[in-house]
Amino acid sequence: MNQDRRIRVLVAKPGLDGHDRGAKVIARALRDSGMEVIYTGIRQTPEQIVDAALQEDVDTILLSILSGAHGFLFPRIMELLKKKGLGDILVLGGGIIPEDDVPELKKLGISEIFGPGMSSQTLINYIRESLSQV
Amino acid sequence: MEEDIEKIQEETKRWNKDCMGKHTFRKVETDWGMEIKPLYTVDDTKDINYLEEIGFPGEYPFTRAPHPSMYLGKLWTMRQYSGYGTADETNKRYKYLLEQGQTGLSVAFDLPTQIGYDSDHPLSQGEVGKVGVAVDSLADMETIFNGLPLDKLSTSMTINAPAAILLAMYLAVAEKQGIGPEKLNGTIQNDILKEYTVRGTYIFPVGPSLRLITDIFEYCSKHVPKWNTINIAGYHMREAGATAVQEIAFTFADAIEYVNAGIKAGLRVDDFAPRISWIFNTHNNFFEEIAKYRAARRLWAKIMKERFGASDPRSWMFRFHTQTAGSALTAQQPLNNVVRVAFQTLAAILGGAQSLASCSFDEALALPTEESVRLSLRTQQIIAHEIGVTDTVDPMGGSFYIESLTKKMEEKITDYIERIDELGGAAVAIEKGYIQQEIQESAYRYQKEVESGGKVVVGMNSYQVEEPLPKGLLKVDTEVGAIQIKKLKELKTDRDNQKVQSTLLALRKTAEGYANLMPPIIEAVKAYATLGETCDVLREVFGEYEGTSVI
Amino acid sequence: MELVDEVRKGSVRALAKLITLVENEMPGGIEAMEKIYPLTGNAYIIGITGPPGAGKSTLTDRITKELRRQNHTVGIIAIDPTSPFTGGALLGDRVRMQGVSSDEDVFIRSMATRGSLGGLSRATSDTVKILDAYGKDYIIIETVGVGQDEVDIVRTADVSILVVMPGGGDDIQAIKAGIMEIGDIFVVNKADRDGADRLVTEIKMMLGLSSVEREWTPPIIKTVATEDQGIGTLVEKINEHRDFLIKSGMLACRRKERIRCEIIKMIEHEIYRYLDGLIAENKDFFEQRLEDIVNKKEDPYLLTKKTVETIAKRISKNANV
Repeated sequence: MNQDRRIRVLVAKPGLDGHDRGAKVIARALRDSGMEVIYTGIRQTPEQIVDAALQEDVDTILLSILSGAHGFLFPRIMELLKKKGLGDILVLGGGIIPEDDVPELKKLGISEIFGPGMSSQTLINYIRESLSQV
Repeated sequence: MEEDIEKIQEETKRWNKDCMGKHTFRKVETDWGMEIKPLYTVDDTKDINYLEEIGFPGEYPFTRAPHPSMYLGKLWTMRQYSGYGTADETNKRYKYLLEQGQTGLSVAFDLPTQIGYDSDHPLSQGEVGKVGVAVDSLADMETIFNGLPLDKLSTSMTINAPAAILLAMYLAVAEKQGIGPEKLNGTIQNDILKEYTVRGTYIFPVGPSLRLITDIFEYCSKHVPKWNTINIAGYHMREAGATAVQEIAFTFADAIEYVNAGIKAGLRVDDFAPRISWIFNTHNNFFEEIAKYRAARRLWAKIMKERFGASDPRSWMFRFHTQTAGSALTAQQPLNNVVRVAFQTLAAILGGAQSLASCSFDEALALPTEESVRLSLRTQQIIAHEIGVTDTVDPMGGSFYIESLTKKMEEKITDYIERIDELGGAAVAIEKGYIQQEIQESAYRYQKEVESGGKVVVGMNSYQVEEPLPKGLLKVDTEVGAIQIKKLKELKTDRDNQKVQSTLLALRKTAEGYANLMPPIIEAVKAYATLGETCDVLREVFGEYEGTSVI
Repeated sequence: MELVDEVRKGSVRALAKLITLVENEMPGGIEAMEKIYPLTGNAYIIGITGPPGAGKSTLTDRITKELRRQNHTVGIIAIDPTSPFTGGALLGDRVRMQGVSSDEDVFIRSMATRGSLGGLSRATSDTVKILDAYGKDYIIIETVGVGQDEVDIVRTADVSILVVMPGGGDDIQAIKAGIMEIGDIFVVNKADRDGADRLVTEIKMMLGLSSVEREWTPPIIKTVATEDQGIGTLVEKINEHRDFLIKSGMLACRRKERIRCEIIKMIEHEIYRYLDGLIAENKDFFEQRLEDIVNKKEDPYLLTKKTVETIAKRISKNANV
């Protein structure tokens, strides 16, 4: 990866859940680590998220959800990403997501799920490492 | 006495120099920037006038308690926040909780219900029944309260943007049970301002939203006199990262906006102020939480009496529901949460709560199971009956530290309210992003402290262990959505659709004018118009609020 | 160049990728821009500037909606500041453009200033060209809106709109500080608030006092963007101003002036890259010179002269290859 290339991240809140403390704290932490962070705001449809990722040409998408609707929304987002030729974007999930659901989500192409209590440094390192392998 | 104080001051100086001076010790500061002294003495409370500032329980300024006899007269309402899946499942959970000794209900609605979408709306996909029970029409409400005598219960409903519609459904259920509205006890949250800042389940713009709220104030003051028409919430701001001081300050600022709206709508302050209730977040810092509630009681009494000129003592009275802090729960070593919840529950009681929900230990992972929710109810019951904290009123009153902290918090809260007044009130402060920004700063500071290890979270950033994946978590049936959609289809064929159309048309006409919205909403609901249909009529007339996430 | 061809064929993915390529000054960027340049000149470029909180993003959203209603395609470039300490940025304007963010004929790109002053990012003008070549009818640039020196917009846009709102004296201060000269159209947004009329009067007075000679009298439009009020009028005025520029021949002048500035900037940037490389390669040498200069053993003028000569040599060597 080009040294000059700033990492661009889309922090997105799919679904109807308005709890965005985690998303915002993470957005700030990523900014403070030198990344360019595009925040979508709450109550986003899968279509809106994928359009934003497409236009903003982001390197990674962080999906934060606490409502339990990930079982429907995440597959939909992954399907749309593939349809628009964005299958190569690193997609990560966070929020309240039961461990039982994780294998299924990973099968869809979501690289990792970060639960409550994860440090932002862990996430930053994960993003940097994953992107440097590209 | 004055000589005593001087002597104590001298002795304190001596003690600080001779004794503390020889030791190294931790310096402590609150989240909101006050240095906590190693020792508090009578010197710290000497400027507090007991009769004016502390007084007696049940009397102005209510610092010690809103009621004279407090828990000696009546225990708090034990009211666990619950609801999930279908109306049927929720009805079963409520019956179980009441059998276990719970004394009030607290209804959690799913997100589509909270945002006024029916279960068959495209945006509802994946969300139906997830964070609460799905309600599409009066039929669902009838099922939720089936076999539960509404005149014997108090019911709290966490519903905001469509509060008027859910209240109308509740009134209709009562009527079918043969119970008049004057006999109903309970609360709707009905607090839209904090939806714009931290919770996100808004529908309409500010103006029409405030109209809905004041219409409810007016309607209930005439027809449902025992109903708490608003439950102004600090809980969610705290969850979003606010400090204890910010929690009270921003909630009071919102409250001032609502009271102003009521007065502007032509209501007398004493007609609706006694029906204001509150929900706050009882967090980890034990003494700070107790002092927070004492400061809030005193300050609200002053605001109502001095700022709004309320003359009915019930208008001055700050009565609150609280829930322990969901955000303080850890996903790591979840059983540790049992201990956290117990301490928070105790702080809520020592702070003088009227109604209380204790979180369940598994809630950082999923919705609570029957067993975990019973354990948190038992926690309340143990505090109520076994450990003696309910044997006298306000046992913490008079503690040098507590009284001094109460005073300090009151001052800091007042500073914030003045700042928001300068900005033009809560609605303007929200539009400018001031409140959101302040909360986010606190949230980010907290996160950095946790990550640097400056703040210890047991089991999460220290004392970690390798643990197996948690087992036995509650899973909401993924079929709930399909079940609701099927029920909706049946409803739409079975009901009198002409009546639905005519009641919705009447609602539209009222919405376009100025008359109270409650009567036409009640008519529409009784005709089994769905929640989504009713909200759509209002959406068309009022427009929709556009989110402006401040970051 | 594959990417440019795909952009010409209408690929949104290629469009987004090309912007990244140019923004990051990656290999192939300049070659791509060489192909893009001949395709430009059809889009009309609207610049929106003003202090924070004036409602620039919401106004951008509403103007876009109105343009879409008239069947025009729109590209939006929304610029936010880069933190000088971390190099990171929070790009949040998109949140206020929900009304158009999923419209296929609207393309929104958030950009960080990346150290550039003047309210735009260095890659803004190239991004404008790419969107123009892609075929957008209108391109809206929303500036950072922090400083009082956001004058670059004048050189980048065909029409500059200055947005202010009532309440607080900040706006008037900003206007007094000189950005008054940059507005072709003034917008008093949030005009339902107290003080809107007074603000309009004050702007009128200041325009009257200004010594700049004008053939075009900047209109002052009152809007309430959140309520869609005044947006139609604003778009009408944008078109009126455009007709004026065309008829008076000023559009051609402005665009010529723009490209002149761009060329100078590009040359500056190229020379700067040589300088940057030279210093990086000879770090110790420059440190030693610096030491000598501080101790008065040498003077800075000689070093400057020699450095420029070295750069010139390098450039001519490269040019001969």
